[in-house]
Amino acid sequence: MPPVLTVSDLNVRFALHQAEVTAVSDLSFSLEPGETLAVVGESGSGKSQAFLSLMGLVAKNATVSGRAMLGDVDLLALGHSDLNRYRGKDIAMIFQDPMTSLNPSLRVKAQLAEVLVRHQGYTPEQAIRAAIEMLERVGIPEPVKRANAYPHELSGGMRQRVMIAMALLCKPKVLIADEPTTALDVTVQAQMLDLFKNLTTELGTALVLITHDLGVVAGIADRMMVMYGGRCVEKGPTDALFYDPRHPYTLGLLHSTPHVAKRARRLDPIQGLPPSLEHLPQGCAFHPRCAFRLERCFAERPPLLPVEEAHEKACWYQGELNYEEVA
Amino acid sequence: MIAFILRRLAVAIPTLLVLIVISFILMKVAPGNPFAGEKSVPQAVLDNIFARYGLDKPAWQQLVEYVYNVVFRFDFGPSFQYRDRTVNDIIAQGFPVTFTYGAWAFLAASLIGIALGVVAAVKQNSWLDYLAVGFTIGAQVVPNFVMAPILVLVFTLWLGWLPGGGWNGGHWSNVVLPVIALATSYLANIARITRSSMLEVLNSNYIRTARAKGLPSHQVIIKHALRPALLPVISYLGPVFVGMVTGSVVIDLYFSTGGIGQAFVNSALNRDYSTILGITILLGALTITANLVVDILYAWIDPKIKL
Amino acid sequence: MLADRRLIAAEGLAKGVAEPAKGRSLWMDAARRFRRNTAAFTSLIVLLTVVAFTLVGPFIARWSIETIDWSVVGSVLSKGMPSIETGHYFGTDEVGRDLYSRVIQGTQVSLMVGMVGSGIAVIVGTLYGATAGYFGGRIDSVMMRFVDILYSIPYMFILILLLIIFGRSFIMLFVGIGLISWLGMARVVRGQTMALKHREFVEAAIATGAKPAAVILRHIVPNLLGIVVVYATLLVPEMILLESFISFLGLGVQEPNTSLGALISEGAQTMQYGTIWQLAFPLFFFVVILFTFFFVGDGLRDALDPKDR
Repeated sequence: MPPVLTVSDLNVRFALHQAEVTAVSDLSFSLEPGETLAVVGESGSGKSQAFLSLMGLVAKNATVSGRAMLGDVDLLALGHSDLNRYRGKDIAMIFQDPMTSLNPSLRVKAQLAEVLVRHQGYTPEQAIRAAIEMLERVGIPEPVKRANAYPHELSGGMRQRVMIAMALLCKPKVLIADEPTTALDVTVQAQMLDLFKNLTTELGTALVLITHDLGVVAGIADRMMVMYGGRCVEKGPTDALFYDPRHPYTLGLLHSTPHVAKRARRLDPIQGLPPSLEHLPQGCAFHPRCAFRLERCFAERPPLLPVEEAHEKACWYQGELNYEEVA
Repeated sequence: MIAFILRRLAVAIPTLLVLIVISFILMKVAPGNPFAGEKSVPQAVLDNIFARYGLDKPAWQQLVEYVYNVVFRFDFGPSFQYRDRTVNDIIAQGFPVTFTYGAWAFLAASLIGIALGVVAAVKQNSWLDYLAVGFTIGAQVVPNFVMAPILVLVFTLWLGWLPGGGWNGGHWSNVVLPVIALATSYLANIARITRSSMLEVLNSNYIRTARAKGLPSHQVIIKHALRPALLPVISYLGPVFVGMVTGSVVIDLYFSTGGIGQAFVNSALNRDYSTILGITILLGALTITANLVVDILYAWIDPKIKL
Repeated sequence: MLADRRLIAAEGLAKGVAEPAKGRSLWMDAARRFRRNTAAFTSLIVLLTVVAFTLVGPFIARWSIETIDWSVVGSVLSKGMPSIETGHYFGTDEVGRDLYSRVIQGTQVSLMVGMVGSGIAVIVGTLYGATAGYFGGRIDSVMMRFVDILYSIPYMFILILLLIIFGRSFIMLFVGIGLISWLGMARVVRGQTMALKHREFVEAAIATGAKPAAVILRHIVPNLLGIVVVYATLLVPEMILLESFISFLGLGVQEPNTSLGALISEGAQTMQYGTIWQLAFPLFFFVVILFTFFFVGDGLRDALDPKDR
């Protein structure tokens, strides 16, 4: 099957007061139908901006270039009104903060139903009925009552379920979930991830899961893409990256995640701070924090090259990565 | 809903009573009375006059009777100044005038102000936005009593388009300048408040959600952004009402429109206490009612307030 | 935009790392930010110039505020124009009095009214609001209900009544303005106090057994200063507007004393005869003062509360 979404050479730049900042550089990836791709990185790594730009939701001072083929449509080439035909229907997005992502002054059912009215041409009555069905499907008890509620009358987990229902109403080909569980209680997080997995499998939707939490990735993602300083530094099958990471940054991330790192004797946080996008280091952006850096890393940026079947990394260091030895 | 209104009324009614009592006491302690000038009047005649106005009774009894008449019969009593007219007559003459230009000014300020604010926010950093921002900043320092002479200077003295005063039975040409003078600064403030709250809403997460759903932008603005953005505007409408009621004094004086403000100042200068009292209470009641309406409107728009 | 803010935050973070934080106080920081705000800083300078002018200006005046120049009486339009020769730098008013001196006095009065009104608001409003907010509960609801009631009375009419009944005087004007100016301040301060009350340093003070008065005055009020300063600055032009309104109605300060509102009122009545300067000069000072106060107030708000931009 052909990929459902193919992004090539995506660049996102912001014009600030004096400088221009590049949030995403030369990002390319593809998404198979129904698969789950985890996009991992610290805040400021450009992971959210990359996907917001596909949805046409970046700030006004941003310029976006590259191609993003959804089927045979280039999302980045569309004007706003054309883009509106696809977003919400074929490609949907869920945001980090369920508390503020629903409109406080509209009832839940109105916010759900309008999607179907807009994209599927339902009548308002049909749309409300379908919305209530979807609420039931995402595990909301008493869906009729909740549909008539205002968002502030629902709990955080409930609101995120509403967001999920809203995004899946049109059975999109691609669902982008930007840190969907970060704002939720730990107990609710696990339920929510199960829900994601089940629903996207049922509907055949490809899921992009943006997160900084590797613990979230482990159970759910087929493939993984690690981002640093606006670039992809390593991507490949989740298992490969977990058990055989090839980029020092990926290794660092694994070691600083508590339950992934239980193999290690202690928790090793990555030294230093994530770089400011305005002053990205020369050469490899990670070199100031890298324990394996070479002379070459200061001057030349490593390209993204395959290391194995479907596993790529952008790093000059080719030796064995053994953290404990070095640290 | 009904409980909410009752609760607000529980505040509004005492407020009105306090207003009546304060005004009444002020009248009583005021030095002099409208008849003090008439020194040659024999005591017997004065007693007679006092009896006619009920001034011979003890003060508390006068107060009780006054409140009773106002509340249950809507009767503000006779004017102290014009022997042949009641306060109700004076109000009935001035109020329709004030109401006419006041209502137009209120409508113009809120509707145009909101529209201007929304457009400026949606087209942020466009020439239209800059124009709107410039206008709102400029209008802040041009209160109605400055606006009125400037309007007359331009439209009456220089251009000769519109009359600079009079009412003429409410002919449109006589209404235009008072409405503009009264509305401008409030229009600007409403536009400013709408713009900044609209900008905040447009940058909010739930508007991003609405955009992500693929809704066309007019639907995003009208259905999703407008209602929450209007909340601060609605709470400002109370002060606008008070300001316009107060401003009507200036309008009446400057344009000689003969509204209730003119009656107020005339009676104040003539120490026509019963008329002052009547007008103060009437306008106070209107203000309190307006605030009540604003509260209900606010609660109706904001689902977080339980009715 | 969210993205913007994050980038700006990142930018700020990077700078913070680059230059190790020197011990800067909140107020020094605010002063620096205010200095960088061109509109606000320029306004402050213009405002200080106006104040200096009202102090120095009288020394070069050749006429007093009440002396009538009999040589212009009857032909104000032709002879009462602004002129260096006659010594009427701003011309004369309709009666033949020197407008330069009168505008200076009017500006002084307006500024003073603004300052006093805002001063009363600061003292009464802060203490009232802090007390209500600190004690909360029933005391708070009674105190704030009282403010609500006063707020919903058309105060201008009460003020006019006061001025008519007790006669026009500076004192009465200040009393009248002071009576209403503190209401808004009390509300703002109460809200802030409610928020401050549960902060650690206040709870620590309470835990050490400090009396409520001491807690309010020594721990809460100092932390309210920022918002009080901003609100007070924005209150000054409002008070000036209020006084001008009353003067416009002819109920403000008494002749021969004057204020900008009274001068504007006179100028507005006589402009139809062509003596446009009688409106222009007081109006100019009026607009400049209001403008600069608004900008300074906005600048202070931005400087003291950088997150709220």
